[in-house]
Amino acid sequence: MTAKDTADKRATEQFARHMSRKGAFGRGLVTACGLFIILLTVSIGVFLIVKGTGTFTKYHHTIWEFLFSADWAPTDTPNEGGGTVGAAIYIVGSLLTCGLALLFVTPFSLAAAIFMTEISPKAGTKIFQPAVEIFVGIPSVVYGWIGLTVLVPFIRDTFHARMGGYSVLAASIVLAVMIFPTITTVAADAIRSVPLDFRRAAYGLGSTRWQVIYRVVVPAASPGIMTGVILGLARAFGEALAVAMVIGKTRAFASSLLSPTNNLTAAIAADMGNSSNGGEQNLALWTMALLLFLISMLFIFLIHLISRKGKEKHA
Amino acid sequence: MRDTNSMRKRIARAKRADSAMTGVFYSVGGFFLLLLLVLAGYIISKGLIDFYPELLTFTRQGIGNQFFNTVYLVFLSLVISVPLGVAAGIYMAEYAKQGKVTAFLQVCIESLSSLPSIVVGLFGYLVFILMTGATWNLMAGALAVSILSLPLITTTTKDALISLPKGYKEGSMALGATHWRTITKVLLPACLPRIITGVILAAGRGFGEAAALLYTAGQSTNINWSNWDITSTTCPLNPFRPGETLSLHIWVMRTEGSLNPNSTAIANFSSAVLIVMVLSFSLLARMLTKRINKRMGGLQ
Repeated sequence: MTAKDTADKRATEQFARHMSRKGAFGRGLVTACGLFIILLTVSIGVFLIVKGTGTFTKYHHTIWEFLFSADWAPTDTPNEGGGTVGAAIYIVGSLLTCGLALLFVTPFSLAAAIFMTEISPKAGTKIFQPAVEIFVGIPSVVYGWIGLTVLVPFIRDTFHARMGGYSVLAASIVLAVMIFPTITTVAADAIRSVPLDFRRAAYGLGSTRWQVIYRVVVPAASPGIMTGVILGLARAFGEALAVAMVIGKTRAFASSLLSPTNNLTAAIAADMGNSSNGGEQNLALWTMALLLFLISMLFIFLIHLISRKGKEKHA
Repeated sequence: MRDTNSMRKRIARAKRADSAMTGVFYSVGGFFLLLLLVLAGYIISKGLIDFYPELLTFTRQGIGNQFFNTVYLVFLSLVISVPLGVAAGIYMAEYAKQGKVTAFLQVCIESLSSLPSIVVGLFGYLVFILMTGATWNLMAGALAVSILSLPLITTTTKDALISLPKGYKEGSMALGATHWRTITKVLLPACLPRIITGVILAAGRGFGEAAALLYTAGQSTNINWSNWDITSTTCPLNPFRPGETLSLHIWVMRTEGSLNPNSTAIANFSSAVLIVMVLSFSLLARMLTKRINKRMGGLQ
């Protein structure tokens, strides 16, 4: 072996060592970033739990009172409890508006998804898909603003609602339009992934297209459609400002579709800034945020449950 | 005979139901296209009808400052979330082993992406404002928006890496490159267009975000465009000054309508600007996706 060969070999070894050190560093770096996401999520959860349980530990209210009492009069001086924190009005407001929105939009979304996949797939991918994506992109504040300037006056003039059109109905319609693209896209994906053989077999038996759709395709795609509905519901539950603009924000149960009420997100958005940190009202608002967090966790759990069930069925 | 008759009737009924339902589907499809056209057209035309020249200025009657804040805030949030998200995506696609930690990371990403933005805003308010003792500032808003766009960028990167043809990796490894060098020199460049599409979508969402900024970036802005001392709270480029964004401005104009006689016009025009921005961003992402598909189609 000549001196040059030895030098070459040493240089190669050095390069390889350098490369593997760089690789180890890179691997460490990306692993740290992955772990950071876990840390971030867990710390969001922990902060919410610490802050949100203050209502029960620091001010000794019961969970029962928070969930089922409509008596909302928390004090706003730090460390001085004694008020009431019944959030039932807000909870019912959220449930009512989201439930109605889902009721309005699910049939339409399903029909739109079927239209873009089964009836007119060409127009579906060329026109409908981009249009739906644009729907997704419209900022929620803009939806709220449209609701405020178009829907609220319309409801006021058509139904002569008291409170000038601010109502459960307006909030539900705004939410319905907002979650329409979510449900439609997921449902369309689910319908597209139903094997072609299912349809061929049904057509071969002499079914019409409508029979194929409602007897074969929709039942086969139902887990995916359910997932879409839950994702839409999750989006509706978390929406704050668009709803806050049109719901009227009055602290009372809605007596009809046309009467105003309030919901969890609107209450947090409106009152958090005016409450003193650590006060009874402040912590009660944090408990509402914790409730929202728990609900969104529940939705994720449901989606996992559905997809596991769906897999079992296919296997 | 009677049987064939009733059969014929059943078939006729099925056919009638079929054509009726086809009609229903067409009208629902048409209705939604129409709704979108009317909605977008209404927002844009309404913004233009109320237009007055001062809207373009950087004063209280204009939206120049809010527009600048929006762009600056989204830029800051991308500076934070893109490196983090891409790195986490690389980890998930290339290094993470099947196991409890990876499964938990997946659940964490799903949880992050489905968190209500007001909850993220509250977390940001608590950690970036209350715990640091700062006042409302752009950086806190950018961090809150980063939390919202992080899962999107991570998932896009991971999916892009996983869907690359196996030959890319095998070819590079066969030439003696280390795993890390393969990732940085071969795999990442190959899925760059898809990652960029994801980033554009994240930016589009950032432009429209409002609830997460309510208690982080603040609901007011005060910029002095002749002040370039970065430590001053009126310097445009200081990230630690209050910075109300365009979408939040719509919200503020609704509640403070009585203070500003032009509030409706300002909110209308802001909505139109936001819609145009979101539309162009989604078009950009769409064009990019199309080009990628074409190129990938050529390869296979």
